[in-house]
Amino acid sequence: MSDLNTAMVEKYRSNFLKEVEANVEEGDWVKMCMQCGVCSGSCPLGNAWEHPPQEIFMMIRAGKRDEVLSSSSMWMCTSCYNCIVRCPRELPITHIMHGLAHYAKRLGLSPKEQPTAKFAQLFWDNLSKDGRVNELKLGLALYFMNGFGEGIKTSLKMKDIGLGMVKTKRMNVMEILGGHSVKDKSGFHAMLKKAAEIEEAKIQK
Amino acid sequence: MTDVIATNETILVVGGGISGMTAALEASETGKQVVLVEKNPTVGGRVSQLYKYFPKLCFPTCGMEINLKRSRQNNNLTVLTLAEVTAVSGKAGDYSVTVKMTPRFVNSNCTACGECGKAVEAEFSDEHNYEFMGAKRKGAYLPHNMAYPQRYVIDPRIIGTADADKAKAACKFDAVDLEQKEETIELKVGAIVYATGWRPYDANKIQPYGYDRIANVITSVEFERMADPNGPTGGKLVRPSDGKEAKNVAFIQCAGSRDRNHLKHCSRICCMASLKQTTYVQDAFGADANISVYYIDIRAIDRFEDFYKKVQAQDNVTFIKSKVANIVEDKDGNAVCRGVDTEGYTRYENPHDLVVLAIGMEPSVNFNNLGIDVVANEHGFLEPDEANGGIFAAGVASDALDVNRSVQSATAAALRAIQVVNRVGGTEA
Ligand SMILES: Cc1cc2nc3c(=O)[nH]c(=O)nc-3n(C[C@H](O)[C@H](O)[C@H](O)COP(=O)(O)OP(=O)(O)OC[C@H]3O[C@@H](n4cnc5c(N)ncnc54)[C@H](O)[C@@H]3O)c2cc1C
Repeated sequence: MSDLNTAMVEKYRSNFLKEVEANVEEGDWVKMCMQCGVCSGSCPLGNAWEHPPQEIFMMIRAGKRDEVLSSSSMWMCTSCYNCIVRCPRELPITHIMHGLAHYAKRLGLSPKEQPTAKFAQLFWDNLSKDGRVNELKLGLALYFMNGFGEGIKTSLKMKDIGLGMVKTKRMNVMEILGGHSVKDKSGFHAMLKKAAEIEEAKIQK
Repeated sequence: MTDVIATNETILVVGGGISGMTAALEASETGKQVVLVEKNPTVGGRVSQLYKYFPKLCFPTCGMEINLKRSRQNNNLTVLTLAEVTAVSGKAGDYSVTVKMTPRFVNSNCTACGECGKAVEAEFSDEHNYEFMGAKRKGAYLPHNMAYPQRYVIDPRIIGTADADKAKAACKFDAVDLEQKEETIELKVGAIVYATGWRPYDANKIQPYGYDRIANVITSVEFERMADPNGPTGGKLVRPSDGKEAKNVAFIQCAGSRDRNHLKHCSRICCMASLKQTTYVQDAFGADANISVYYIDIRAIDRFEDFYKKVQAQDNVTFIKSKVANIVEDKDGNAVCRGVDTEGYTRYENPHDLVVLAIGMEPSVNFNNLGIDVVANEHGFLEPDEANGGIFAAGVASDALDVNRSVQSATAAALRAIQVVNRVGGTEA
């Protein structure tokens, strides 16, 4: 367990709803859910979810902390906003899902092998290095996410698209050598550090 | 010229539904002068479009009959039909009201023999049947069997055509008067009761339910007409798409109510209305009926709980705790309800012959547009507010109410109006 997780368990004891309200983006909306289920029924990826949003909200209220935070469900959200549009109580469901995923990640509880979570990490590592997304490296990192063999296979499959992108100058093979970055890289890093500090202070509060 | 005597001791009731009738009768039976203004050709309002009433499952005609009898025995009540209030000004004890009177083209000689209706050829959409399944009526018509006054109406759209002359020629009682003109009258009144009721929420706005696209998705008000032997199907419960018997019927609760995208308020009667409508399906098909009710929670308030329990106990009625996410049509014309069941979070995709949307009630009048300042709540219903002076609401003009509660609220409104005119008359401080 991460230190933060231990601290949060200690702080909120058995009141997971309170914990969500205080720490999850838009979390204070959770209690407004009236369990009509229109979000779950409207989710285009609904079949793939372990727990549909409506169930997640009920689980939060029922204090099922571990099950919720380690669930892959929130990571399945594609931000199509169908649920938000249809929710009769206008809960910002999409945002809550991302908020929950983010919070679980921060506590170190998010599922390790969940592809969306993995890709999000790759994206962040790629972006935070130079302040620019290196699409070539990000693409390759994604292809090789599940091992070398599969990476080669995917690369071969995508070969024509890659060549096409090079030809139309949408991708530069030289980027593999390091690639371009923002002008003031140290300034960019200082900014990220400051943002992390602000966020940290907020959590400690 | 219509002659209506009114003074600032007169009470005006706007709207002649069950609430307006009640308020007008209660006030006039205490000796007050009352003018009732109804915009349709007949009084009775929306209840005359219902097949049966919950909770007793009696016919609305019964209650109407009692009211009509009371009104005939009463000399203090003036009923104006085809009359609409267009402007109001003044203050409690001293209002001026403008009423627009649309011609009926039929005078009081009419015996409702129906000869004019037979003679006329032109047909128009039938409002009484909510124009459901292409329901039509003649250009000379009696709005419905219980219409009061029992007098035919000539649709203004046939005036100037050969049909109008045919109607006149067919009448043996010299009741058809094609020279009638629209008039505007001014009334002085002391207090006003708004009993303008409701209109069904527009189901087309609930996009995922496909009311506009799927023939076998209908509204609860249309289902009332379908069940009525005087309705467009002669009381047969059928699939509008192909006319086959509709034995597998689903009801979707809160269709447009309790929903911030539509009506924020709970329309309150829809749960009981659907429970009532399950009995229509039972009566038609008995054990062959297969009924589903999709709901968020059933609000069968206080003594209606018994009714709910009875329906629940039926083997062929399934209650599914879920707000349906969307409806699609399959190749057989079935309306397929899709969603996730809250009890177990299972995904379903259920085909039905017919889906009835239990649509909500919204105020039929925009009270922010009366021309005189009154306080309405966020849902558009007229509030009981001091600032409204001598203007009161009765029935669904005040809130989403069933008939029982509408009538109670109408009696209360009558009492309040009586107090205002008593102050004018000096009989009350
Ligand atoms: C599907 C459905 C089923 C229902 N079933 C039942 C049931 O079984 N039992 C029950 O108790 N309740 C039932 N209800 C509720 C019932 O319909 C209402 O309680 C009732 O209609 C209220 O009567 P009202 O007089 O207030 O309004 P209305 O019936 O709407 O009457 C208002 C009248 O005012 C007139 N009017 C409107 N504006 C003006 C104007 N500007 N000038 C002049 N006149 C005007 C209208 O023409 C109308 O005649 C049902 C409702 C629905 C939607």
